[in-house]
Amino acid sequence: MTSSRTRRWIVLLIVGIYSGHALGQVTFDRLLRSGDEPQNWLTYSGDYAGHRYSGLDQVNTRNASALVAKWVYQTAATGKFETTPLVVDGVLYATGQDDRAFALDARSGRPIWQYQRTLPSDIRPCCGRVNRGVAVLGDKAYLGTLDAHVVALDAKTGNVIWDVTAADYRKGYSFTAAPLALKGLIILGVSGGEYGIRGFIDAYDATTGDRKWRFYTVPGPGEPGHETWEGESWKVGGAPAWMTGVYDPATNQLFWTTGNPSPSNRGEGRAGDNLYSNSLLAMNPDTGKLNWYFQFTRHDEHDWDATQIPVMIDSGDKHLLVQANRNGFLYVLDRTTGRLLSADAYSRATWTDGKDAQGRPRAGRDSSPTLQGQTVCPGALGATNWMSPSFDPQTDLLYVTAREQCDIFSTAPQPYEAGHAYYGSAYFPSDQAEPYSGALRAINAVTGQVKWEFRHVSPTWSGVLSTAGGLLFTGDAEGNFIALSAADGKPLWHFQMGGAVYASPMAYAVDGREYIAIAAGSSLYAFGLP
Amino acid sequence: MLTYAPTISDLADVKSLRTGDLQLTHLLLAALMVFASIQSAAQLRNPLAGNHSAATSGEYEFRINCAFCHGLGARGGGRGPDLTRERLRHGSTDADLFRTISQGISGTAMPANGTNGQGVGMTDEEIWEIITYLRSIQLKAPSKPVGNPRHGEQLFDGSCSSCHMINGKGGRLGPDLSSVAVSRTMNSLIESVRNPSAHLAWGLTETTKEFPQEYETVIVVTTSGQQITGVALNEDQFTVQMMDISQHIQLLEKDKLRSFKKSRQSLMPPFLPDRLSDEDLRDIIAYLESVAQ
Repeated sequence: MTSSRTRRWIVLLIVGIYSGHALGQVTFDRLLRSGDEPQNWLTYSGDYAGHRYSGLDQVNTRNASALVAKWVYQTAATGKFETTPLVVDGVLYATGQDDRAFALDARSGRPIWQYQRTLPSDIRPCCGRVNRGVAVLGDKAYLGTLDAHVVALDAKTGNVIWDVTAADYRKGYSFTAAPLALKGLIILGVSGGEYGIRGFIDAYDATTGDRKWRFYTVPGPGEPGHETWEGESWKVGGAPAWMTGVYDPATNQLFWTTGNPSPSNRGEGRAGDNLYSNSLLAMNPDTGKLNWYFQFTRHDEHDWDATQIPVMIDSGDKHLLVQANRNGFLYVLDRTTGRLLSADAYSRATWTDGKDAQGRPRAGRDSSPTLQGQTVCPGALGATNWMSPSFDPQTDLLYVTAREQCDIFSTAPQPYEAGHAYYGSAYFPSDQAEPYSGALRAINAVTGQVKWEFRHVSPTWSGVLSTAGGLLFTGDAEGNFIALSAADGKPLWHFQMGGAVYASPMAYAVDGREYIAIAAGSSLYAFGLP
Repeated sequence: MLTYAPTISDLADVKSLRTGDLQLTHLLLAALMVFASIQSAAQLRNPLAGNHSAATSGEYEFRINCAFCHGLGARGGGRGPDLTRERLRHGSTDADLFRTISQGISGTAMPANGTNGQGVGMTDEEIWEIITYLRSIQLKAPSKPVGNPRHGEQLFDGSCSSCHMINGKGGRLGPDLSSVAVSRTMNSLIESVRNPSAHLAWGLTETTKEFPQEYETVIVVTTSGQQITGVALNEDQFTVQMMDISQHIQLLEKDKLRSFKKSRQSLMPPFLPDRLSDEDLRDIIAYLESVAQ
């Protein structure tokens, strides 16, 4: 067994070796082996498995209390700042509100270049003018934009290399998620589930911007699953794909998740399961063909997008895919076959009265929205949301940001009008669950059992990072960035950043020094040892 | 539904006529201004007033766009005031309502139409539908005051002002009540007096935080054994900023306290009918109405 001291030396040695090739090309091979270069953070979740785990351990349970702010980068933009930065060989790449992108010296936070997209005045973002980050491949950085373009930037200058239109933003299509770079492809899913779009996942040639494939998440006539939509409802069926997927190289399967059917809170007019809304799609990334799917919430009427990051976990000879879903259940699937192995509540869930033959929680009779309003838990924002979970292979625990809030779901008929919000209802916090609370929950990913929780003062939109230093990092709605012991959730350090966190943290190292970065308010912060 | 109204650039075009036509220009300008005032007056009236189906559409629009803050049925949520009142703080005419919905109210959580980060906003017609709906559920203000405001003031000064401030006078432990009567329904005011713990008042709102601070009761014991009771002004994971019952601000770090307890039992005692008669309560509300402009 390697001692932690030896392990740290190995990590620092690797960091030293890799920091030698400054501004190197990011190859698919490097992305596959991202764990071998823990000083870099090469994809949205840090690896293809969705772990959001850093192998760095210079900052650890023994010295975390000494952490200090190393630099702050201010975007001076308003609205939610949702980015996860990438770091490649000392350069940090991130996005900000209103589709800006920037590259910083990861040691000092000083900008190298900035890109600001000129957005039309009539874009249709659902939930803020947000962007969650870039993908990096070769010598380019890629982002999706709120006006539904995909843009490739020169990683050294920020110059636009190519810019393609994916869809008509006037009809409610937009991109907010960080793309995933895979082989020679840039893969991303569309946002717009509140506008009656027809969702899709696209793959673009990283060099030319040519679209290689598109998978519509709402099947058209003649395609399997089309029968799960009533009449013409499929045309405005939603099922966006607004988070970043994960990839299993062993089976060459791309796993992508989808969001709510449209209208989000009204099931009338779209009778059926509404495939492939609120599903996990297992796809061949070379062709965009569907291998199998798993639908978490059938015929959703509560806006419970299933877009939470799915996490690939190997347990013995089991190859699992685990998702803490917005509907309050932790689902464990066999990621080779898609078979459901378990589904256990990790949060209060009143919408279900049992499980179906497959073991899926099924909707109870009194869970549908009504004109007068129906109280259901979790609320529309879910038991968790897009903030990333983290899986720590040292503790074998999955760390999930959870929310306890019930909502009153009230329905209202609403005709579809292209480009107009299409909710079919509204929801409001129910005082039944007052005060609304949040917690970081440590869950045994195989049994679904909650081992411990760290209670927040109010629900947070921060994701979680775990590190080889035995630490967890998360932020809160009150502006604190907090380091906790991954073993028992004991807080070890905190820093008040002055703005609520709507982002997931990451870690990197430059010149052998570890940093942990997080966006809060309108600023990006990096912390390290003095 | 927008009708023509001359813009500044239209007027500039008129001004660009030859100087010899100055008199004509003035006449034209005057005519345009009269036209404009007629046109804007027309716009300031709800073209859908009394239209039942517009009210129904407005109800749906309201649920989708407004109810999150103003509550189902517009009777006020934690964030937004009760809109079933006839008299509203930021104006009650059709024009006021249209302006408030279109432009928002700066310095408050009320956003301008289309600027809440969700879509392109409502059309003018949809805004008028909402106004039609609000008119349909509005409660008529009683023609006579509900009680005796002068007596209410005496009662307020005797029982309430030690904790509540009105127009700069009074205590600080509870919320300022200067304008509470134009943002809350009669029923909610009565509930706040009879059962103050039912819904705690909302305090500090931070721009990027989802929920505002509530007037929760805080009881702490310091390491020296001193017990401090008060209301939370703000709180995070590690600190609490509170107003103690002597109305001193206490800034505390939680890990330096022997104990820290929060309670949703309001520090305000319930004023039940044996302590405050229905008539006296109506007088206090009449006083609150009289000061809330």
